[in-house]
Amino acid sequence: MSVRRETLDLRKTDSDFVKRVAESGGEKILLCVQCGTCSGGCPAGRRTAYRTRQVIRRALTGLKDEVLSSQDIWLCSTCYTCLERCPRGINVTDVILILRNLAVQAGFMLKPHKDVSAYLLRTGHAVPIIDKYKALRKELKLPELPPTTHSYPEALDEVRRIANKTGFDKLIGFEG
Amino acid sequence: MAGLRFGFFLGCIMPNRYPGIEVATRKIAPMLGIELIDLPRASCCPAPGVFRSFDQPTWLALAARNLSISEGLGVDILTICNGCYGSLREANETFKEEPEKLAKVNETLKDVGRTYRGSIQVRHIAEVLYKDVGIEKIGSIIKKPLGLKVAVHYGCHILKPTKHRGIDSAERPRFVDEMVEALGCESVQYKDRMLCCGAGGGLRTGALDVSLDMTLEKLRNIHESGTDLLVDICPFCHLQFDYGQIQIRDSLKEYYAIPVLHYVQLLGLAAGLDPTEIGIYANFVPTDQVMKKIGA
Repeated sequence: MSVRRETLDLRKTDSDFVKRVAESGGEKILLCVQCGTCSGGCPAGRRTAYRTRQVIRRALTGLKDEVLSSQDIWLCSTCYTCLERCPRGINVTDVILILRNLAVQAGFMLKPHKDVSAYLLRTGHAVPIIDKYKALRKELKLPELPPTTHSYPEALDEVRRIANKTGFDKLIGFEG
Repeated sequence: MAGLRFGFFLGCIMPNRYPGIEVATRKIAPMLGIELIDLPRASCCPAPGVFRSFDQPTWLALAARNLSISEGLGVDILTICNGCYGSLREANETFKEEPEKLAKVNETLKDVGRTYRGSIQVRHIAEVLYKDVGIEKIGSIIKKPLGLKVAVHYGCHILKPTKHRGIDSAERPRFVDEMVEALGCESVQYKDRMLCCGAGGGLRTGALDVSLDMTLEKLRNIHESGTDLLVDICPFCHLQFDYGQIQIRDSLKEYYAIPVLHYVQLLGLAAGLDPTEIGIYANFVPTDQVMKKIGA
């Protein structure tokens, strides 16, 4: 049986990366002892090759591109089991969310995630109303449209102006 | 018990996919002395799994906008959804712990003529029913003990992160079980009860196969319990289990027919509401057998 060796090329690591994660609220990952409790309780890790412990280790090592470009960080369902069970009290789920934010900034965003963001900017809802459910609402004696952005075009305009101010529209490549 | 007044935050999935849950909430609230006030112009919470993952400043700003609507009406905000609860509650906790983030958000909100002072609480219907209304009062409106076997699905964000919740244990909670028992039902145990439904974290949107695989594991375990139905307290879990069973049948060729109700619907039935008026017929998985069993 052969053992695959992996050599870490330090030229490919970014020593500032962990600093950025720490500054964004993930400073506790510096306490990680790689015990693997996070992976052990992870429902996504049960059925895929996603290993929370490995993502944290890669982030600590400064393997920025590997962490941010990998689909792994998008397999977390944010169930918070890892965060609750971490014996070092690391806010693991928050760290995954921070890594996702950094991934999106670096241009790594899944197409369906861009689409759901566009729904938000077009309607104010991630899951907007459709005709079938307008009819059902009416059947149930509710107004066809809920009293949300769906009923108030000026409220949708507020949502869009906020997204414009934070740069979210550009971030997701929103074209209207 | 006087003064249970809340801004009723609708979110997306309840009003736009399962309006029966909305009707049930609006009908049971006055029976229990809860006054619901509409929150005109609210948007998506915005969904924590997706928008918080993409850009936290945008997530915080849009959450603060929703919170400011309820604050403007002078009431705490109430949600029936674990996702909205997670989003609004975590944003609210962030504003308490990091006032500089609230200041920054208010800079953004200024442009649309709003501010959020951080003066209100975020509540979930399940914890309001348990803590503020109480089991005894719930029992007092029951016209018909239902006698059903119920598999309770808590979902994740109602209980976690526990640092910001303090409702019940995240590993072995009991409070929804108690509320189910108050309706004359038996809460059945099943394997891996606290497992996530698979919908959250942008997983349903971004990796449907993994998402449904998680749901399937839950469905298998719930099926083995011999339950009559599954009861949730979150429209997103609800959609994942109800519509998810159809998707699992089509894509994974595994067939389950476990009826799915939100707790407010189960409560409504026990309080004598007609299943039709609370939209139970609109579920994807047929509910006829359960309705027959309770004589509705």
